[in-house]
Amino acid sequence: MLDAGRHPRVELLAYSEIEGLKRKGGKFSLKVRKRTRYVDEEICNACGDCVSKCPGKAPDAFDMDLRKRKAIYLYFSQGIPAVMTIDSDHCIYFTKGKCGVCKKICDKGAIDYEMKDKILALDVDAVIVATGLDIFDPTALTHYGFGKIQNVITGLQYERLINATGPTGGHLHRPSDGKLAKKVAYVQCVGSRDLNNCAYCSSVCCMYSIKDAMLAREHDPESVSYVFHTDLRNVGKGFQKYEKRAAEEYGVQYIRGRVAEIEDGPNGNPIVWYEDTRKRKVESLETEMVVLATAAMPSRGALGLAKLLRIKADKYGFILCPPEQPADTSVAGIFACGFCKGPCDIPEAVSQASAAAERAAARIYEEVGV
Amino acid sequence: MSKQGRKDTVNGPRIGVFVCNCGTNIAGFLDAKTVADYASGLPNVIFVRENLYSCSEAGINDIRQAITDNKLERVVVAACTPRTHEPTFRAACEDAGLNPYYFEFVNIREHCSWVHKEDREAATEKAKDLIRMGVARAAYLEPMEPIIGDVTKRALVIGGGISGMTASLELARRGFEVVLVEKQKQLGGLLRAVNWIYPHEKPAAEYVKGLVGRVGKARRIKVLKSSEVTEVKGYIGNYIVSVTSLKEPVTAGIIILATGAEVLVPEGQYGFDSKRAVTQLQLEGLLAKPGTRPKNVVMIGCVGSRMRDRLYCSRICCMTAIKNAILIRKKWKSDVTMLYRDLMCYGIKNESLLMDAKEAGVRFVNYPDDAPPLAEKGEVKVTSAILGREMVLPYDLLVLETPLVPAGTNEALSRMLKVPLDEYGFFLEAHVKLRPLDFATDGIFVCGTARWPAGIQECIEQALGAASRASTFLESGRVKVEPIVSFITEEDCRGCGLCVALCPYGAIELIETEAGEKARTIDVACKGCGTCGATCYRGAITMKHYSDEQLTAQIRAAFEKE
Repeated sequence: MLDAGRHPRVELLAYSEIEGLKRKGGKFSLKVRKRTRYVDEEICNACGDCVSKCPGKAPDAFDMDLRKRKAIYLYFSQGIPAVMTIDSDHCIYFTKGKCGVCKKICDKGAIDYEMKDKILALDVDAVIVATGLDIFDPTALTHYGFGKIQNVITGLQYERLINATGPTGGHLHRPSDGKLAKKVAYVQCVGSRDLNNCAYCSSVCCMYSIKDAMLAREHDPESVSYVFHTDLRNVGKGFQKYEKRAAEEYGVQYIRGRVAEIEDGPNGNPIVWYEDTRKRKVESLETEMVVLATAAMPSRGALGLAKLLRIKADKYGFILCPPEQPADTSVAGIFACGFCKGPCDIPEAVSQASAAAERAAARIYEEVGV
Repeated sequence: MSKQGRKDTVNGPRIGVFVCNCGTNIAGFLDAKTVADYASGLPNVIFVRENLYSCSEAGINDIRQAITDNKLERVVVAACTPRTHEPTFRAACEDAGLNPYYFEFVNIREHCSWVHKEDREAATEKAKDLIRMGVARAAYLEPMEPIIGDVTKRALVIGGGISGMTASLELARRGFEVVLVEKQKQLGGLLRAVNWIYPHEKPAAEYVKGLVGRVGKARRIKVLKSSEVTEVKGYIGNYIVSVTSLKEPVTAGIIILATGAEVLVPEGQYGFDSKRAVTQLQLEGLLAKPGTRPKNVVMIGCVGSRMRDRLYCSRICCMTAIKNAILIRKKWKSDVTMLYRDLMCYGIKNESLLMDAKEAGVRFVNYPDDAPPLAEKGEVKVTSAILGREMVLPYDLLVLETPLVPAGTNEALSRMLKVPLDEYGFFLEAHVKLRPLDFATDGIFVCGTARWPAGIQECIEQALGAASRASTFLESGRVKVEPIVSFITEEDCRGCGLCVALCPYGAIELIETEAGEKARTIDVACKGCGTCGATCYRGAITMKHYSDEQLTAQIRAAFEKE
């Protein structure tokens, strides 16, 4: 991120969206809306004085709504570019018409409430789509109780809990009572491999759940973890060894069986009901927290973007690329890489990114004829 | 969090120390504040700061600012590993006008917090020791400039399978010359033995023929069939490679390794006889020809993989088996049963192919990890993990799903190219997550199943990616190399040639001077390994950035506890 941010030949347009694309010969003319932050990017140095005094509060989307942030905020601490943004939906100045604390406190004069979105016109030779993923909202799977049972959380919420910069400083204080969760269940295929939701396999959940379980043990030697799974699809380089190490050195227990129901138990402890297909028995397990490995989907808006770029996508919004030329979309000059064209792990995403860069470079340098 | 140490130094340079918490990766297992306080009392240290993440934009800004504000002459960052973050911190120094080689990296994560998670106190003490040593060395660091070398605009691609051909075609399309070396008599690699490919849904032969035809027509690609690489000399930008079929060696700026993998032959297992018990690859051959029509087909997964001696999952076997099971149902109308441990149908298309197989009537039986099936006299006995009892399945054809294993030539190539292999014998990339197509050695790239088992589409993606990585050097025609090289003081050299003989990179040559023969380092080729320096009995060789002075100071500091 930092490398991209400081590269002399990379111009970052964060907080921006594509609104239009026209083809001109072999080139593209893009209309980009650079949304206003109400903060001058050239002036702000993210000192944080405004944040400390801002009275407005909003759910922190980066922290998966596990805590509140201020109405003026830095999306996350390592974010690039490091500049503040005012969330006008929650800013008291914008909603009630008075406040202006941030403008008063900023001695650099970076705050500008009148700042408008900018519409930029970009002429480019190639476009690379790398819009990544969002996660499936498990609320509709009511048998898992997400949204009702406080200590049932998603994998991404867990990532924030176990993260040092997250809402609990990296400790597994569970949402209901702040007690340290020592007995955690990880439920696989929540929305994935599910004909009613995402029929495909999200590919990364088995491994990240195992990683999560190992992190829990590293943070707390008393922690015990249970991974409820069907096929454990750990096919990447070194993954089988990792799976084995988790069981042997980190006490991770693998239980083969889809979870049927999660029940709100005593003291906020979720009770997991499942069929252990190895023992051929229906069993239950009282846990202190449950982490749902929710399906990964194309980013919200991926279908809209595909329509705008006139590139083919499947019903979920994954961009379709021909298998012989997997970095190319259905439109010449538009390329794709990473999760936007299907589930993949980091090394695959990186390889695909290089592939898309190659195809774009070949276009920019013009095909010389083999 | 910042703490001023001594206001000024007596003689030495002004040193700033940055102690990174790495979230809780470091600060979770040692007392970072104590370590930072300790650092502020070290000789020449005039500035100390503790950061949550020194590598974040805020952390980097801190470093730049501190260099300017405090006129720092050396920067020590105690954090993670130089493998991933040294360039970042060096760049921060450079941005603030400090020579990047005035930067010293102290690893208190991999070398300390992560390995001493059980003992916070000891980890804290060790971090202090490491920083004291780093600070001592930093005082003796010298400024250096990067070495610039030229890049021959030609690529050498080793391996003419789908990965090698794809990478070659792409580089040729970009206007670069390519020499493609293939061991076999024909191009095409493993794919030539395959019958049908999906999700392309076409005969593999058609696909291979198309690619081979395009490679053959490409005037910038020189194909060397029935050829093997026998010697590699040189370095990024200027490799000199001997190939069996050529009298003169090939010169190339970069090398792409696309040597593929082999299918394990399950000798002695499940009655393997290449007739009634065959590998999945042999089945591809049977499916391509008319004739065979077995009534019952049984496939066994994980034959020779995910076991004690070969722990890894070969990634593509389940999918190959499922693809073939569907074809058998269509073509031979046989009953097909697939015995598996986990069905590795990751992603969209693989999962949907699994559904197709079920719709086509393929039967799946899950067997337990610790109870592999038995095959004898035309019957397979398998414990169904779901039913908990044994099933007996008659077969006319038994198909064994054996893994891809590293090619036999990997070891020799690894030695010649000086790139590492992983514990199984596949090539080991520079970083498993973030640099999957690079090696730690600049100028050599890897793609396809030489790196790890991969499907066809994944091989194509990696081949395009490797071409991209290679083209960054070929396009600019220049390469920047670390100036961490050996330096030979001519007056002290007697021209004995010991260093020339021992240098593993061929980076030292003997030159004729007025004072007789003398050794000289070829800077671009030198990797700074230090073999020559350690060998020279005349003490004529200095390792830049790791001079005796610097290392002695560091070692002394190790034993100089207050």
